[in-house]
Amino acid sequence: MLAPVTTAHYLVLSTILLLIGVVGILTRRNVIVLMMSIEIILNAVNVNLIAFARNLDQVEGQVFAIFVICVAVAEAAVGLGILIALFRNKETVHVDEIDLLKW
Amino acid sequence: MNFLELIWLIPLIPLGGAAAMLFFGRRMDKPLISVIGPGTVGLSLLLSIGAVAQLAGLEKKSHEVVLFEWLPLIGADWGFLLDPLSAVMILVVTLVGFLIHIYATGYMAHEPGPRHGGFYRFFGYMNLFVFFMLTLVLANNYPLLFVGWEGVGLCSYLLIGFYFHKKSASDAANKAFIVNRIGDAGFILGMFFLFQAVGSLRFVEVNEALASGRFAPETGAFGLLSLTAVLLFVGATGKSAQIPLFVWLPDAMEGPTPVSALIHAATMVTAGVYMCARSNALLALAPETSHIIAAVGAATAILAASIGLVQNDIKRVLAYSTVSQLGYMFVAVGVGAWWAAIFHLYTHAFFKALLFLGAGSVIHAMSGEQDMRRMGGLKDKIPVTFRTMFIASLAIAGIPPLAGFFSKDEILWQAWSSPLGSKALWTVGWVTAAMTAFYMWRLMFLTFYGEGRMDEHTRHHIHESPRSMTVPLTVLAAGSVAAGWIGMPKVFGESHFLQAFEHWLAPVFEAAARGMHGAGEAAHHDAAMEWALMGLSVGAALGGILLARHVYLRLKEHERPSGGFIYPVLYNKWYVDDIYNALFVEGLAKGGGGALAQFDAAVVDGGVNGTAWMTRVISKISIWYDTWIVDGLVNLGAFTVRALSFPVRFLQTGFIHSYALMFLAGVLAIFGYYWWVR
Repeated sequence: MLAPVTTAHYLVLSTILLLIGVVGILTRRNVIVLMMSIEIILNAVNVNLIAFARNLDQVEGQVFAIFVICVAVAEAAVGLGILIALFRNKETVHVDEIDLLKW
Repeated sequence: MNFLELIWLIPLIPLGGAAAMLFFGRRMDKPLISVIGPGTVGLSLLLSIGAVAQLAGLEKKSHEVVLFEWLPLIGADWGFLLDPLSAVMILVVTLVGFLIHIYATGYMAHEPGPRHGGFYRFFGYMNLFVFFMLTLVLANNYPLLFVGWEGVGLCSYLLIGFYFHKKSASDAANKAFIVNRIGDAGFILGMFFLFQAVGSLRFVEVNEALASGRFAPETGAFGLLSLTAVLLFVGATGKSAQIPLFVWLPDAMEGPTPVSALIHAATMVTAGVYMCARSNALLALAPETSHIIAAVGAATAILAASIGLVQNDIKRVLAYSTVSQLGYMFVAVGVGAWWAAIFHLYTHAFFKALLFLGAGSVIHAMSGEQDMRRMGGLKDKIPVTFRTMFIASLAIAGIPPLAGFFSKDEILWQAWSSPLGSKALWTVGWVTAAMTAFYMWRLMFLTFYGEGRMDEHTRHHIHESPRSMTVPLTVLAAGSVAAGWIGMPKVFGESHFLQAFEHWLAPVFEAAARGMHGAGEAAHHDAAMEWALMGLSVGAALGGILLARHVYLRLKEHERPSGGFIYPVLYNKWYVDDIYNALFVEGLAKGGGGALAQFDAAVVDGGVNGTAWMTRVISKISIWYDTWIVDGLVNLGAFTVRALSFPVRFLQTGFIHSYALMFLAGVLAIFGYYWWVR
């Protein structure tokens, strides 16, 4: 018989997802992968919110998670739009080749 | 039913028909359109008869219905006025309009059907025209009259250019429209001055104010009222084809023949006469303008008649005849015999519409041929057309007891006897009458008598028109016979019955007659003289007919007198078109263009270049100021910021990774702070 899934398990999962996302952002150059990493981080947050909502038996956490999903969708749409415009101009999706905006 | 309150419906019904046909005509078939087109006008006719019958029973013969407020400041509402004058006009417009619509269902039957053709377009425009014409004559103020005035001009344009794929037709439409604009400019200015003088543009108020004695008649002087009247008359010369703006009407014959009959003979072109009769109180105070009107009318009458003598196109003869008859009407307006002008308008509507419709029937029979030199001998082949046109030609020539005799004779008598008239006016009118008889009967003899001069193919096709065309002809022929009987000369005896027309219109003109201070008093009647003049005019008419008979029936073609140098002058319409072309089209538009180009290069461009030079000098100063002062301040600010931010600035590397790393470091730092310190 498996042990019941507790809040601690969720938090571990959330932490793992967060770390995957952070490492992805720090190491990869492809903007699409960066955006995917950001999505993973947002979902880590979502897992965290749901876990505490369940633990505290309050519904606000779930509501907040829905908001996060909505914002994530909008962000992905805008981000992809910017990405396409960027690719048309620079013919690249590698962030280290896009460094015009600096001191 | 109270028809007097329903007069606003009289114009509105044809508008409904027009809207239905112009918006949905593509989906209607010909029989339906043939019912709607004449039907709406017929309904208006019934309403008009009802309203006029009730008007006749009123004590004060004037009734106004205001539909809604429009421009209250100048007394112009969307209001309709039914008085004896507009009563005559709506009856003429709806009756003649109704007959012509019926005729058109037969005449236009060969027009292509619903989807591609102009059948629905034709009747849509015709109904729209009737709407605007009725608005024009029923309006109770000048601006609304002007709305109708412009509307009929628009419909005239659309219908002249009905066969717009023909260059000559679209040119003629443009010409009519542009020439009319010149007149309209005068009309608008006239309205401005009238408002300036009187302070309202409602007919009732204008006429009351003018007849109240506040204004003195401008005899021997040329003041504000005379100027106003001249400007309004300029408008009338455009719409009613008088010198100098008559050139558009003959070209307007490019339109389908029912259009020529309705718009360019019976109704629209008489709008100018109607408007002048409406302004009777104004004209009564401006005798100098009245002299101008009478002179222009007489000159137009004789000029147009002389051109009509030699034209070969059957419709053009009738067009010049219309111009000439309109000249008669203006002579009557000019001598202050407004009722005689309206009387001639009303009889003319019958016989001229009939002549045009008859000409249309001839053209129909001749497979589209309009040149009279290739006609002849049609008398027995199209008998109904022949008989009705015979009556109309007698009527227009002024043979008693047909309609034209009474109205024309009344105008000639007034031209002789009115205080504003003169023997010269009468003489011109009398010569014109002889010419009228001559050219009309030249037309009849060339078309219906003698040998047929058409080719075999056409000869084979000659056929009488369908009943839808011959019935209107017959009705109009009856009108051409009897319409004049309600305006007998006074020497035939005086009674309310014999001079019914004059008595009917008297309430409209009596105020003006009072304002004229004597000029409007009936000229003392010299019965012997009137009989003599009547005999002379009938003699002129008979003389004209007999001369035409001699020249065009008796003499062979090569025996006819050549007319010497005068023939080319008349045939080329006194070169009026060529003069206008040289003066205005070539001279002003093209030659004037050269002068304008010089002006443009020297003065306008010079001014522009001068301005540009000035601007450059100023901009030099401005550049210096901008570079050193404005930019200097900005750069100073930027330089300061740059200097202050020296070491920190390099944190912004442009690499997202370094930002993310700093972000992470920050998060960890905050995390660490909470973990160890707190």
